[in-house]
Amino acid sequence: MCTTCGCGDEAGTRISNLAGELQTPRQGHPHSHTDEHGRTYTHEHGHADGHHHAAAGTETIVLEQNLLAKNDLLAATNRGWLAGRGVRAFNVMSSPGAGKTTLLVRTLTELGGRLDAGVIEGDQETSLDADRIRATGRPVIQINTGAGCHLDADMLRHGLDALAPEPGSTVFIENVGNLVCPALFDLGETAKVVIVSVTEGDDKPQKYPHMFMAADLVIVNKSDLLPYVDFDVDACLRRIRQINSRAEFLTLSATTGEGLAAWYGWLDGAASQPAAPTSRTARSVPLTGSLTEAH
Amino acid sequence: MHELSITQSLVDAVLNRTGERTVTAVNLRIGPLSGVLADAVRFCFDVAAAGTPLAGARLQIDEPRGRGRCRSCQDEFNLSDLILLCPCGSADVEVLSGRELMLMSVEVA
Ligand SMILES: Nc1nc2c(ncn2[C@@H]2O[C@H](COP(=O)(O)OP(=O)(O)O)[C@@H](O)[C@H]2O)c(=O)[nH]1
Ligand SMILES: [Mg+2]
Ligand SMILES: [Zn+2]
Ligand SMILES: [Zn+2]
Ligand SMILES: [Zn+2]
Ligand SMILES: [Zn+2]
Repeated sequence: MCTTCGCGDEAGTRISNLAGELQTPRQGHPHSHTDEHGRTYTHEHGHADGHHHAAAGTETIVLEQNLLAKNDLLAATNRGWLAGRGVRAFNVMSSPGAGKTTLLVRTLTELGGRLDAGVIEGDQETSLDADRIRATGRPVIQINTGAGCHLDADMLRHGLDALAPEPGSTVFIENVGNLVCPALFDLGETAKVVIVSVTEGDDKPQKYPHMFMAADLVIVNKSDLLPYVDFDVDACLRRIRQINSRAEFLTLSATTGEGLAAWYGWLDGAASQPAAPTSRTARSVPLTGSLTEAH
Repeated sequence: MHELSITQSLVDAVLNRTGERTVTAVNLRIGPLSGVLADAVRFCFDVAAAGTPLAGARLQIDEPRGRGRCRSCQDEFNLSDLILLCPCGSADVEVLSGRELMLMSVEVA
């Protein structure tokens, strides 16, 4: 296993190229630690910050580090990489079937050339969603996580390497369908978008508080089905507010198109924001044409 | 199950520091608001440690209580989940403890 990036931990992760062909397993990738100036890096692993000696021939080594420290460090690296290129990355998360792929396909189709965007698709096994995205003509990379139920920062790193997004472009990341652990693994994304569909019940925020706490934008999808199901949009919003006071909130239907203008407006606004975890200060990157005009 | 990958990164983090030395005990601190279940980590640990110098190590998990303080009425109370609501009705609650997800120390032979 590579101790710098930690890849190879979850054997079975495979990453496609732009043509959709699966590449060798992730642990097999060549790992140069050589930068663009030809310098080769070696990894120092400093020894115990402070340690004392315990009884009976054993020694206690004090570590006091977060269990997610390695992922968080890689996420910070991704965030810097994205910010340096002015690339925005949106991490789209939901339960299976809430409409992530449908919304992405429709967005890419409707915005067409107005939004220079690519997609990184996370799925446990198939490449069906990547095929749906590829049909729109936009570049897509498939990451199959195998038994893994979430994307982590190292997988995004490899996905970005394979996608090679243009400076100033947008990357949508469709995370593995799961409202539990994707909340814990920071990818270094610009914003976290959480989708809940009206067929799932308006108590989802209570059941999955970590996910809703982490969200920058919550989308209630399948609004076309509201007349047929017992889903109270206001109650859902109130529950999200109890957990997260800053998230934005949109209701839409990815199939009928109702409410999509507000989503395009959000993308337009988020376009001028840097890839920072909390900071939402505007940055002066002009958008060529307003995305909202698309609708 | 994200506890498996978290437990795997735990094993890697320990090995980074201890190398080939036999690890006899691992001490963690996992709060009830961390999003990670201590029992699931216990369950995954033997699998993740197998075949490494951590195999057979004693896993001790300190599980601190979740505590919150209301910024409106200054009351302090226990938190069992992330629904941050003070008995006074305010949702302006500061989490004092419970989100810990820490590798504290290890014992090596
Ligand atoms: N009625 C309705 N169905 C939708 C909507 N969005 C997605 N769906 C359907 O929900 C199912 C799952 O959608 P998909 O995009 O694959 O979900 P994902 O697993 O989150 O990517 C598909 O049958 C979609 O046609 C919507 O707004 N309204
Ligand atoms: Mg999908
Ligand atoms: Zn490496
Ligand atoms: Zn790697
Ligand atoms: Zn997971
Ligand atoms: Zn109070």
